[in-house]
Amino acid sequence: MKRILLHTVLIFIAVITLIPFLWMISASFMFDGHASVFPPRFIPDQFTLMQYERLFERLSIAQNFINSLVLSLLVTVISLAFNSMAGYAFAKYKIKGKNKLFNLLISSMIIPAQVTMLPLFLMLKWMGFINTYMAIIIPGLANIFGIFLIRQYCISIPDSLIEAARIDGANDFLIYRKIILPLLTPVLATLAIFTFLGTWNDFLWPLIVMTDDSMYTLPVALANLMLEHTKDPELMMAGSVVTILPVIIVFLALQKYYMKGIMMGSVKE
Amino acid sequence: MAEVILKNVSKIYDDNTKAVDNVTINIKDKEFVVLVGPSGCGKTTTLRMIAGLEDISEGEILIDGKIINDLPPKDRDIAMVFQNYALYPHMTVYENLAFGLKLRKFDKMEIEKRINEAARILGLEKYLNRKPKALSGGQRQRVAVGRAIVRNPKVFLFDEPLSNLDAKLRVQMRSEISRLHKELGATIVYVTHDQVEAMTMGDKIVVMKDGRVQQIDTPLNLYNKPVNKFVAEFIGSPSMNFIRGEILVENAQLFFQSALKNLTFLIPDRFKAPVIKHSIQQVWLGIRPEDIHLKTENTQTDNQVILESKIQLIEPLGNQTLVYSTFEDQQIISEHRGFLSSRKDATEQFLIDKNKIHFFDQETELRIETL
Repeated sequence: MKRILLHTVLIFIAVITLIPFLWMISASFMFDGHASVFPPRFIPDQFTLMQYERLFERLSIAQNFINSLVLSLLVTVISLAFNSMAGYAFAKYKIKGKNKLFNLLISSMIIPAQVTMLPLFLMLKWMGFINTYMAIIIPGLANIFGIFLIRQYCISIPDSLIEAARIDGANDFLIYRKIILPLLTPVLATLAIFTFLGTWNDFLWPLIVMTDDSMYTLPVALANLMLEHTKDPELMMAGSVVTILPVIIVFLALQKYYMKGIMMGSVKE
Repeated sequence: MAEVILKNVSKIYDDNTKAVDNVTINIKDKEFVVLVGPSGCGKTTTLRMIAGLEDISEGEILIDGKIINDLPPKDRDIAMVFQNYALYPHMTVYENLAFGLKLRKFDKMEIEKRINEAARILGLEKYLNRKPKALSGGQRQRVAVGRAIVRNPKVFLFDEPLSNLDAKLRVQMRSEISRLHKELGATIVYVTHDQVEAMTMGDKIVVMKDGRVQQIDTPLNLYNKPVNKFVAEFIGSPSMNFIRGEILVENAQLFFQSALKNLTFLIPDRFKAPVIKHSIQQVWLGIRPEDIHLKTENTQTDNQVILESKIQLIEPLGNQTLVYSTFEDQQIISEHRGFLSSRKDATEQFLIDKNKIHFFDQETELRIETL
């Protein structure tokens, strides 16, 4: 009885959460105006791809899509590399003042991102990177939360593994590459999702540093779309589908590692 | 294969604590040397210095006559087996064994040959494609040993390799490692806190305490001629019994008298010279559990002394019985063959064999040497 009640509640909540998504997908396949009729329709009367055609042909959203994809992938790959190296070093290397430095880094997390935006913008302007990919890649090269996450995970790797590899003849980079990185897979997957989602969904920063339409990322382009085409909910829904689809794919692909990552540390094997 | 020499080696940490203090050990070619001592005695640190995992603060370590103080671990031609096995969890057994060889640029054929050979010796042929997590504790331990064997190093270092295994497996692996030592003709340095392992495996045992070497000797000599009270107590299980007392001289004869005067006897002549030479008075009488016997009727000989003691606990182990009793507030353990029936709290007479007793100076804790 209790189970049935619980499941009913869960299904109810799931439905409420999913309806907007489903409607978004459904509306993106409707002709102009069909989404705003009363009573609302959940299934399109006539199925059409015209909204997508408009998006890609007339509004060059393909370019924005590529911007988002390339930037998110680059930031994810590069920051994973840097974060994992830094996290490994913070966890395992004997460096004087290591913990002090780490605490300093951690304490900088309390500074809101918005506060650093202006100085960061000025720095990038001075470097001449405004309106280039670098303006998004450089601030994302490494992030403290990522270093922290990897360091915590790395601490649980026994020292003797590293020592055994050293005796086996591996140098520092090989130990990192052949021993540490494979063992970090779950946490790297978790961090990859965080970073990819963060970069993909980021709106404010690309809006600040990108000045050309062709350099916009999807969220920025989508916002412009909303301003210009307020009367076309179907078109906006198609834009939204294009925006969240890759995110969902990434999440589903890495989900099994992600779950591992969330649980790590809570249970000792 | 090679000899290893530690010359006045010390390890001093940043906060000035001495983990290892002026240790000198000569390890001959093909010798099985065991470093043994209680935890925190510096034995593992010593091993790690030989391996190159710890810096050497003072002194020199030589392998084959060459000073290796500043060589990185990979260039020392050593292999180490860790307490927690330290197998690479994401690699199969084969890859684990091959890792060191690949890094040393051996060709594929040679790697395969060596791995097959090691797998044969260790009985791992069937498990080469498994990951470590699919192996039992004993098998993991064998892989860890295999990883050392395939490298064919000059020196094998073992850091408490058996302490994570259950008792039965430990006994089995113990004999297996001894067999390997003979089969490979390797120089082995082996660290353990278990004196039974040390006694059964080592050609030579180094007993350490507080970073210092207490005694380096063969297992039998350690047992029969411990240099001091610590070694006497540490080697042997159950450990040696001690009775506090003093040596009295009367009519040019030496007597031992326990602290509360419940035991007095004439000391054998062999102790005379050293006792008088060093004018030793306050001593510990040391006697091993197997040299104390329960007195049965009229069994006392001239060489035996009677000790009256109150029984506290009897532990029948099947083939032998351990009797715990107290004498002048000190616990006395005696070992008896077979099964023994006696009552708790009963006061019994025990016989001590005078030929088997030791004396330790209370001040220096050194054994009063007799030849």
